[in-house]
Amino acid sequence: MYRQAELKILEEKAKLVRRYIIKMIANAKSGHPGGSLSAVEVVTALYYKIMNIDPHNPEWEDRDRFILSKGHACPVIYAVLADLKYFSINDLKELRKIGKLLQGHPSIKTPGIDMATGSLGQGLSIANGMALGGKINGKTYQVYALLGDGELQEGQIWEAVMSAYHNKLDNLTVFVDYNKLQLDGSCVSLKSFSGLGEKWRAFGWSVIEIDGHNFEQILSAITIAKSTKNIPTVIIANTIKGKGVSFMENEVAWHGGATDDNQLSIALNEIGGEDAWV
Amino acid sequence: MGMNISTKQAYGKALLSLGSQNIKIIVLDADLAKATCTLEFGETFPDRFFNMGIAEQDLFATAAGLSTCGLIPFATTFAMFSAGRAYDQIRNSIAYPNLNVKIVGVHGGISTGPDGASHQCIEDFSLMRTIPNMVVVSPTDPLETAKAVYAIAKYEGPVYLRLTRDPMPNITREDKDFIIGKADRLFDGKDLTIFATGVMVHKALKVRELLNLEGISARIVNVHTIKPIDTEEILLAASETNKIVTLEDHNIIGGLGSAVSEVVTDNYPVPILRIGVNDVFGQSGTSDDLFEYYGLGTDCITESIKEFLIKKAVLNKKN
Ligand SMILES: Cc1ncc(C[n+]2csc(CCOP(=O)(O)OP(=O)(O)O)c2C)c(N)n1
Repeated sequence: MYRQAELKILEEKAKLVRRYIIKMIANAKSGHPGGSLSAVEVVTALYYKIMNIDPHNPEWEDRDRFILSKGHACPVIYAVLADLKYFSINDLKELRKIGKLLQGHPSIKTPGIDMATGSLGQGLSIANGMALGGKINGKTYQVYALLGDGELQEGQIWEAVMSAYHNKLDNLTVFVDYNKLQLDGSCVSLKSFSGLGEKWRAFGWSVIEIDGHNFEQILSAITIAKSTKNIPTVIIANTIKGKGVSFMENEVAWHGGATDDNQLSIALNEIGGEDAWV
Repeated sequence: MGMNISTKQAYGKALLSLGSQNIKIIVLDADLAKATCTLEFGETFPDRFFNMGIAEQDLFATAAGLSTCGLIPFATTFAMFSAGRAYDQIRNSIAYPNLNVKIVGVHGGISTGPDGASHQCIEDFSLMRTIPNMVVVSPTDPLETAKAVYAIAKYEGPVYLRLTRDPMPNITREDKDFIIGKADRLFDGKDLTIFATGVMVHKALKVRELLNLEGISARIVNVHTIKPIDTEEILLAASETNKIVTLEDHNIIGGLGSAVSEVVTDNYPVPILRIGVNDVFGQSGTSDDLFEYYGLGTDCITESIKEFLIKKAVLNKKN
């Protein structure tokens, strides 16, 4: 069990991350708020509580890795990396601007970004490679990957699901951001499917289903994943697209887009907390 | 005068009218129907529209199967995820069996803007041009796009159609027929010929005016078909204007510049300057900022051309 005080700190961090997401997208006038907001708790838990990393040494070879396979949600990781001082808060103000650090989809040149993503469906294969490399090199680092639920429609994901099982990648933990929406509509309206957990189980994976906005559940799922040997683990995080901003929640229209001034202040009000963006 | 629209919006409109005339037209998309402008077709003809989800490899192979049933699939997604992601499916399941599939790549080039390098396909001409059987079309404005959509629907065989994101005024003529493989000379000139395609034709027109101010007369040719390339028009340019510049929102390797160079070196060697993205990845930014940054703003293009003309004139004297 985690102490209430620890969870409280994470909840405050989540507010901070949400504020930055909304602010940087508003400032850039484009971006993907919905899928960034749904992933806040998972990414916050990983970076502030779980991952073995060193912001002063982003390329440290023993660090844990994180692959944001759904690269369009990069504002969530930019917010965390800025707060952890991989780069400056001011960089957030230059998201999607020419000649600047923070690209519209993750670039390998940005400190703290472990892999360029943006073309969906490729991140799990990449994470597999890093996990396999860790085993080959006798390293003990963990590899985490975050996939979108719509992204699971990519066939390459299921090729990678088989590879990870085949190679016994127990140093790999995958999150599915199960927010039930994608770009044009709900996931099932585009491609209906049944039994998401069953599918992964059938491929031999360990499957844990949680509320992806509940820190306690996220943290204990990761603890179980890390102690599960010989097979990879997927944590299916039930989430709400646009979480934390009422007019964005479960609204597919907020997959992509930026708030105007009025919407921005409503959103920040609802999120609460404070930030260091002045 | 209405508001300018992008070539992808013109595509969406043309699909609607084409779809109402021809029940064989099928549209497939990969969760980008809003962005590629196929959404309205889907709402109007729901039984002839398939949103395949984020599964491009599956999408293009499915389109191949549909075309074997006598249907005409317009298989649509971003250029990156058609020409790029589904290259193998396009090559082996569409082009090799020479199937009647229209591959539509929206958001070609760095003009795609803020999404950044992962979404700015600067290799699509190159990838598609080198596949046997493939036709590659790159219209410059909404008017020409609508004509191109009809022309490729009529043509029997695989076609790659590249479309772009920024709104564009019409610069081509209403009464001009769109003939696949026949370039469109927009202005005559005697000192050099600029072959341009897609969004860069608009820049070429501006560059022509700037060169005019310096007493340089440029012929402007809109190359709406990259393959088959209009050999005749290129050889006329080589023999009549002696110098050639190519202009494209694409890597300078493998695209329009390469296609023109191949014809010229094979038949009538003259100096060529290829202007495009200089074999580097793009980045986020507005399309205007990116054009400036990558040397594709009109002033920068004009300077490059002047330098090219001076250099070649000096060399010619030495010879
Ligand atoms: C290969 C590929 N095809 C299409 C896209 C365009 N695209 C960006 S986000 C998105 C929807 C993603 O949905 P999901 O994976 O569920 O992510 P989330 O809803 O969490 O944002 C699409 C289709 C892309 N980036 N890559």
